[in-house]
Amino acid sequence: MATQAAFMHGSKAETETFWGTVWSWLTTVDHKRIGILYGTSAFIFFLVGGIEALIMRLQLARPDNTLVGAERFNELFTMHGTTMIFLAVMPLSAAFFNYMIPLMIGARDVAFPRLNALSYWIFLSGALFLNSSWLFGLAPDGGWFGYANLTTAQFSPRHTIDFWMLGLQILGLSSMLAGFNFLVTIINMRAPGMTLMRMPVFIWMSFVTQFLLVLAFPAITVALILLMFDRFFGTLFYAPAAGADPLLWQHLFWIFGHPEVYILILPAMGIVSEVLPTFARKPLFGAPVVIYSGILIGFFGFGVWSHHMFSVGMGPVADAAFSISTMLIAVPTGVKILNWIGTLWGGSIRFKTPIYFSLGFIAMFTMGGLSGVMHASPPVDLQQTDSYFVVAHFHYVLFGGSIFGLFSGIYYWWPKITGKLLDEKLGLWHFWAMLVGFNMTFFPQHYLGLIGMPRRIYTYAPDLGWNFWNLVSTVGSFLIAVSLLFFIANVIRSLRYGAVAGNDPWDARTLEWAIPSPPPVYNFARIPHVQDRDDFWLTKYGDGHGGAPRPKGAPVTAAEIAGIHMPPASFWPLLLALAVAVMISGLMISMVQVAIGGLLTLWLMYKFAVELHRPAAGHGH
Amino acid sequence: MADHAAAAVVAHAAHDPNIGSTGLDNRKVGMWAFLGSDCMFFGSLIGTYLAYKGKSISGPLPHQVFDIPLTSYSAALLLASSLTMVLGLSALQESRVKKAAMWLFVTAMLGLHFVLNQVYEFTTFVLHHDLKLSTSLFGSSFFVLTGFHGAHVTGGVIWLLILVMLAMRGKLDARDYTKVEIAGLYWHFVDIVWIAIFTVIYLIP
Repeated sequence: MATQAAFMHGSKAETETFWGTVWSWLTTVDHKRIGILYGTSAFIFFLVGGIEALIMRLQLARPDNTLVGAERFNELFTMHGTTMIFLAVMPLSAAFFNYMIPLMIGARDVAFPRLNALSYWIFLSGALFLNSSWLFGLAPDGGWFGYANLTTAQFSPRHTIDFWMLGLQILGLSSMLAGFNFLVTIINMRAPGMTLMRMPVFIWMSFVTQFLLVLAFPAITVALILLMFDRFFGTLFYAPAAGADPLLWQHLFWIFGHPEVYILILPAMGIVSEVLPTFARKPLFGAPVVIYSGILIGFFGFGVWSHHMFSVGMGPVADAAFSISTMLIAVPTGVKILNWIGTLWGGSIRFKTPIYFSLGFIAMFTMGGLSGVMHASPPVDLQQTDSYFVVAHFHYVLFGGSIFGLFSGIYYWWPKITGKLLDEKLGLWHFWAMLVGFNMTFFPQHYLGLIGMPRRIYTYAPDLGWNFWNLVSTVGSFLIAVSLLFFIANVIRSLRYGAVAGNDPWDARTLEWAIPSPPPVYNFARIPHVQDRDDFWLTKYGDGHGGAPRPKGAPVTAAEIAGIHMPPASFWPLLLALAVAVMISGLMISMVQVAIGGLLTLWLMYKFAVELHRPAAGHGH
Repeated sequence: MADHAAAAVVAHAAHDPNIGSTGLDNRKVGMWAFLGSDCMFFGSLIGTYLAYKGKSISGPLPHQVFDIPLTSYSAALLLASSLTMVLGLSALQESRVKKAAMWLFVTAMLGLHFVLNQVYEFTTFVLHHDLKLSTSLFGSSFFVLTGFHGAHVTGGVIWLLILVMLAMRGKLDARDYTKVEIAGLYWHFVDIVWIAIFTVIYLIP
């Protein structure tokens, strides 16, 4: 009991020294700390991907520019796309899954805390492995979708594609492990009374996202395994000369790739669905319909992948089928937008930074959706495919959508995570600079695409009429960079001098606001009994129909807190992640390393599995 | 009433941290999620095999190399191992640890026999039929699909042997039946995948 109590209070002696602090973070299994690790790493990689984008924009600022050559440009757009998707947006979402899911469902941790740590360390090792390619001058250069047979050894003999292929395999492993964990957490760790339809909408969207993760990633895992066998062991999966189908990669990749689009956007939709009701002081309009729409999006998300492939000539039947399903998936998406607007309608809206970003999300995402649904029509798609119009479209949904939504979440939950408030004025500077910069960067790209500027070109001739809007786009991208400086300044200011947030700075609606900011390691001293989707609101104000606020329970006693059992720290997740990285990177170096890494992985999996296996009965340890 | 039931669940959960609010064991739900994901994994591999069926531009062809009686025997081994797996779990639930260890060991040995048959099969293909990974689309898709299944069986054999070892050391008893049940879920799944692979690759001409 003494050790337990020591752990509850952060075992002071251990965390006071610098190395003690480092050790406690390396071995942590606390979902909140892992969420912070995910968020911090993802933000750093977001900046890395942003710098890659800025270099590309500089290169394209004027015609016949020679800042970077064609090969470097290929590396930049490949790494920019891969970084933003797998190392920025997905782990930023994962940061919110980690930190918020247990808090919002009234749990003390995720279902498998050590597996959670393992997911993070595997993610980090994959991200570092992928980016280490820059150090060797071997940055991937095959596009984020790595179309085979362009990526087979015949056409990409250097290790560039190996870094990409193996890096994605490591990152996919991390995502799937996290997916299993959160699926089980949401199914099985809800507080009593929290039925599925009482779960907050962010939880619902996260839930759908986890299904997409665990069901879509196997397809790219297989695509990458086949590529790996082609590159290392001489198989012929992507060798048309041996009769292989050049579309095999495209099908496998996009069966993953389209659900991936929803993996990137659904968490942001969930965040917006929490922020709007809080700041409009109204329940989410038609919440069940928003939930059903999310489920439908997840379901249809598996039936639209070939709209990425209209230009390869699949024939009229396939084109028509995927065209219809693509138009269909716009319906539940549109429903959500109407529900968000309905939430604002008649609300008493308090304009704080989080809701600015949510409103930005709705406006920008709607524009991205409108340009997106145009591509659902194959003849239109044939005009637009591989042009800057497509670049504009997916930045409106991924930046205007996901990134704005995620920033909304950062501003919304920052006080809960740090216990400090962010500055409103700096927040609004960030928002407006980002909104203007974003539109300056990407809106002209619609026009550039329509007048014929192709994607992925590293320069262009001066007489094509593209000069002016490319320059505007470049200036806009630097405005985005400036907006991020406001954000970074805000974060530093908040951590140093920020006003104390208190439990519930926004007068919010869900369970995480009922507990201190930042939450204690055990989250809830007493597991709540949930009676409604907006349960915390009801405890504060009653049901709005004359029902009184719920009486507060007796104060929590020290004995109650001492009786809470939290899982102990563990260093096996970190070691296991390292062993996995040794094994997978060995494929590029030597089979001896693969074998050593493989045996280490097996041994560590065993140690991991039996770490918490109870001691033998009667042997009494 | 509902509150009472909820309180009972909480009390139970406090007793066993693995039992969640649905009354199911976390680890079991996690295994089901993994198996769902693994379905997509094998689905993609089987889909690739089917997409490339009959597309090889050079031999040998499937019916020239397959030894159906041998593979049927392998399939029978694997199916039988599902029975012994269930017997092992049942013995453990009745606290007959020695017997459980015996059945789990038999299960592992049946799996091992299956894997060795596969090694023999692969060797024959390479040595006598000159069918390798790099020979043709058939060689590539056949070896990778069945190889990954074999790897799954091998993983299961190692898992079962670890359980046997724990049981022999007195570290596994009736309270741990969930651990054996989850290994069983995985084992049965690998069997079922083999039924699909056996049918699609070997039996359908």
